[in-house]
Amino acid sequence: MSDAGEGVGAELGEGAGPVLIVGVTSAIAQATAAAFAAHGHDLLVTGRNPEELEAVAADLALRHRVEVEARVFDALDFEAHDGLMDAAGMGPLSGVVLALGYMGDQEEAQGDFREARRIVDTNYTACVALLEKAASILEDRGRGFICVVGSVAGDRGRQSNYLYGSAKSGLAAYLQGLRNRLHPAGVTVTTVKPGFVDTRMTYGKEGMFLVASPESVGRGIYRAARRGRSVVYLPGFWRLIMWVIRSIPEPVFKRLKL
Amino acid sequence: MPASGGARSPGSNIIEGFDPILKSHPRFRSEPLTGWGRFPVETCRVYRPEARGELSEIVTGAAEDSFLPRGLGRSYGDAALNGDAAVISLLRLDRLLSLDEDEGVLECEAGVGLGDILDAVVPRGFFLPVVPGTRFVTVGGAIASDIHGKNHHRDGTFSRFVVDLTLLTPGGELVRCSPEVYRDLFWATVGGMGLTGIIVTARIRLHHITTRYISVDYRKAPDLDAALALFDEADDQYPYSVAWIDCLSRGRALGRSVLMFGEHATRERVKDAHLDVASSRARLSVPFDAPGIALNRISVRAFNTFYYALHRTRDDALVSADRFFFPLDGVRDWNRLYGRRGFVQYQAVLPLDRGGEGVRRLLEGLSASGLSSFLAVLKKMGPEGDGHLSFPMEGYTLALDIPRRRGLGKLLGALDRIVLDHGGRIYLAKDASLVAGAFRQMYPGLDRFQSVKNAIDPDGLFSSSQARRLGITDASRKEGDRS
Repeated sequence: MSDAGEGVGAELGEGAGPVLIVGVTSAIAQATAAAFAAHGHDLLVTGRNPEELEAVAADLALRHRVEVEARVFDALDFEAHDGLMDAAGMGPLSGVVLALGYMGDQEEAQGDFREARRIVDTNYTACVALLEKAASILEDRGRGFICVVGSVAGDRGRQSNYLYGSAKSGLAAYLQGLRNRLHPAGVTVTTVKPGFVDTRMTYGKEGMFLVASPESVGRGIYRAARRGRSVVYLPGFWRLIMWVIRSIPEPVFKRLKL
Repeated sequence: MPASGGARSPGSNIIEGFDPILKSHPRFRSEPLTGWGRFPVETCRVYRPEARGELSEIVTGAAEDSFLPRGLGRSYGDAALNGDAAVISLLRLDRLLSLDEDEGVLECEAGVGLGDILDAVVPRGFFLPVVPGTRFVTVGGAIASDIHGKNHHRDGTFSRFVVDLTLLTPGGELVRCSPEVYRDLFWATVGGMGLTGIIVTARIRLHHITTRYISVDYRKAPDLDAALALFDEADDQYPYSVAWIDCLSRGRALGRSVLMFGEHATRERVKDAHLDVASSRARLSVPFDAPGIALNRISVRAFNTFYYALHRTRDDALVSADRFFFPLDGVRDWNRLYGRRGFVQYQAVLPLDRGGEGVRRLLEGLSASGLSSFLAVLKKMGPEGDGHLSFPMEGYTLALDIPRRRGLGKLLGALDRIVLDHGGRIYLAKDASLVAGAFRQMYPGLDRFQSVKNAIDPDGLFSSSQARRLGITDASRKEGDRS
């Protein structure tokens, strides 16, 4: 699975078109956007909460002196998907970073299909809808990159978050196919799998270890997208941890309390 | 309801609430915290919101006796501690929101560090109107401590440049207050040590600059009288002034100092010097706790002698703003030099008329105690501001770093008495040991502060370890609740 040797797929750099970052208000996506902005990329950013979106967009523009356009966007509002990829006066998109994620409440979802559906729709269905549009645009142009923030939770289903994990797992398989499809067009597709990151999702939770800062993960996502890598664990040691977890035989794994 | 004060009807400045952000109850992390002096250590439950909307959910939703906002933790003692209760870290609410380059007004969230602001505004020709001795102070902390800088004698404190701020009150309302609107709430929040609620955003008036250099004139003073005379002379000439003072020198040399007077360098001056606009920032760090003995009388004396001898009286030296304002930031974690036991910083201001005598007695008291201060800073301050609990008053301020050793408590008590006798006060952002009675005498604005505090926070929901120690909030009520 190692793809460190792959060439630079995406032609990036100052002067390239804007990068679309969907779901910029999460801590990881904010840090990723900052890494792109620090390298001179103009940004088109979206988020659900208007106040947060405005704050993040203003901050990026002020700190990094790039152009940032903000659009309030709810990924579950599928009607709103049309037109999102149109970067208006900013020129054609040079790439798309998808940072949609909804951990949800596993227990609630087990008893309430609406919550289960929200988890699956946010983490899988909405991503598919957006990525199909992004893929057509970039495929036609014959260059660009797609970078999607997945999760190590997708590497193996476990009782504590299998709805979230299964959606992320489906997304990873989807991205394998998309990568395969877009390769001839020169468009790279990167799957990023962050481990524990110091964000609201992990803060104050029991059993967290080797927690990475959003800034380091954001820089890692930027580098992975820029190099057009295929599958990246952040920090890198999670590749090993998840290999071990995947190696546990299912008859044993099903007895574990994870 | 916010406190009375503004002439406007209540409601006109109340900003509507937010959509809920958190699905479940806000999570906290229980951890031992300290101030920059690394003493005392207290376990607090730390909440860390990532969206502004979470703040009110925490304040109204978390089952806590009391809350205290916290920034970068650069106050020295227990001002940013709330032992066995909740601390709300603002460090993830650190976004720059707008910059009006015509008016020179920056709007930002309270958790942003002053250094981050400088990184963004200096390339655009702006500087913060007041900076303390470190970049690592948040805007919220700067307002809550109503910080002063080397230009206090001319420009006053940070709050003079706050156009307005939004405050999440203990009742969970977001109120915009300023020197014009909800003025009492504004002047209680300024210097209010986080006890009136959470400063969420602020608008700050910036200062125009043309270079990132400071032109510095150095003067040496062989004794305290000479140093004070130099300050008096320099009052009108320079926006920035400060003195490093050798507090081990005694007798006739008591108070010998190196004074630094600065102003923002002009573009021509920097061009003439063939200096590049980029400033260097040192990257040393102290990776371990120094053995407690590293800073002793002998090493400090050697340093002081060397430092005094090193400096020459000279004019118009160009120094980067970073180095002029934040000399110690070049050494990360310099507080570890004092070893695991930590240190206290003692900063007092003494009114002008008897200030010279008071400073002399403080230096003599320190000298007689056998404890030494590695870093001692003297500065002349300008007139008092309007913050109910703001520290500065017209006079001389002396700041001493004193390592924690046997006899420290006795020394601090003696210094407190000297300060009281001379009508001075000590700085809450540095304090770790003052007692309630002395505090009340030093801060005549306490009554006004408490009337606002009681109106806006009748249940005492915002508190700190320092506030309870000093009786700023009604300690007895909270203690009763907690048992």
